Amino acid sequence: MTVRRTPTTTLSSRGGGPLRRRLAVGCLVLLSLILITLSFRSGDDGQLSGVHSAGSTVLKPFAVGFERLAQPFRDAYEWTDSLLAARSEAERLRIENRELRQRAIQSEFALQENDYLRALQDYIDGPRFPGDFEPISAEVIGRPAGAFTQAIVIAAGSRNGVRVNDPVVTADGLVGLVTRIAPRTARVQLLTDQGAAVSAVNLPTRAEGIVRHARGTRETLVLDRVRKRDVIKVGDDVVTAGWRASGLSSLYPKGIPIGEVSSVGQTDTDLFQQVQVDPYVDFGSLDAVLVLVPLERPS
Amino acid sequence: MTGGAVARASAVVFVAAMLQAVIVSSLVIGGGAPDLLLIVVISVGLLRGSIPGAMYGFAAGLVVDLLTLDTLGITSLVLTLAGFWAGRYVETTGRGRRLAPLVAVGVITVLAAAFAYVLHYMLGAEVVARHALVISLAPTLLLNLLLALPVYSLVRASVREPDRLERSPEVEVLV
Repeated sequence: MTVRRTPTTTLSSRGGGPLRRRLAVGCLVLLSLILITLSFRSGDDGQLSGVHSAGSTVLKPFAVGFERLAQPFRDAYEWTDSLLAARSEAERLRIENRELRQRAIQSEFALQENDYLRALQDYIDGPRFPGDFEPISAEVIGRPAGAFTQAIVIAAGSRNGVRVNDPVVTADGLVGLVTRIAPRTARVQLLTDQGAAVSAVNLPTRAEGIVRHARGTRETLVLDRVRKRDVIKVGDDVVTAGWRASGLSSLYPKGIPIGEVSSVGQTDTDLFQQVQVDPYVDFGSLDAVLVLVPLERPS
Repeated sequence: MTGGAVARASAVVFVAAMLQAVIVSSLVIGGGAPDLLLIVVISVGLLRGSIPGAMYGFAAGLVVDLLTLDTLGITSLVLTLAGFWAGRYVETTGRGRRLAPLVAVGVITVLAAAFAYVLHYMLGAEVVARHALVISLAPTLLLNLLLALPVYSLVRASVREPDRLERSPEVEVLV
């Protein structure tokens, strides 16, 4: 007696013949390459911008739904996480609060003096934060994957008055800049992206530099191009410079908090100081942001 | 694949794409985030073969690129090849191996990261190779390997259809 198994269908035969397989994958790869080329070459106003806009509009309700679904879990995680550090954090905040109360009184006094002197001099100023901007609050509905881009997608777009290059902030400080726009969504390049750079000043000494991403790390910033003779100390606040020169101006209004100096160093061979900045914004847990829409857009 | 299996697989891939873009990308642990969508596409490739793997990879990538307003086609290209490779692996040498999902996820995570790095580099993105291929990739690889078997089981349960592969082989008695 012989027992014989009948042959079973293999995945190979189910996946089609070699020609069909190559044809299918070849077409998909070709289609991807065409999409990349068109999307990359055309930019925001090109042939694919309509597809992008329509796609993001259709997908937005799903993204908002998933975001709402995940929010309780995210809140629970953050609550547990903060509970562990609550005691030491409370003590630190108590000390900081005392210092800030002192500073607030001094700042109020300086502000009044500044307003009086400006009025006296008929001083013409550039756009100031937050007075010359209308903040539009938007939920974060997406985060592109991978180590290649540091960006978020927000639930506000051109229909809400948002435009490319509008600055984005939270109550803690600067988040980044709108880089792509759709009718109902927008993509925001975070300050931690490799391509982001902001002109900034060290608040106590007015030392100028450029805040950019520290190479090789995910959420650390550096204040680059600070002259060696400028004095910078650990703990100093770094804010946007908001410069204006020869008809050009910074995309960011002046005075938006960026972070706190965490280390300062210099070597004999370097031209500039090495200043590390610890950002105020926690880029890993952004739930909602404010887009600063200028009250008067330059024509 | 039957109509029901196609619908179920499409739903699974769509949900994975939304979860990846909305939630999972922000779960950074040790410098890297897991890539749930890649694991799902690999699982579909392993379970349904190279052509469905490539097609679902393409569609999933398109959803992510549209949602995140990224350059269209980049994620599609990476996931198309990931799904195709997974399918080819199981069609040739990996069939019947218990650890095929682990091996496929491990190898394809590394290859996909390297390929994505080259693509972004060619498109002019400023990416530090050490960050993309070491600092970020190591935790991502570990997290993907941890998720590989549970996600594979979930996808298998979702897209399973009664076919000859999953039935007991018929035995013929010759006297």
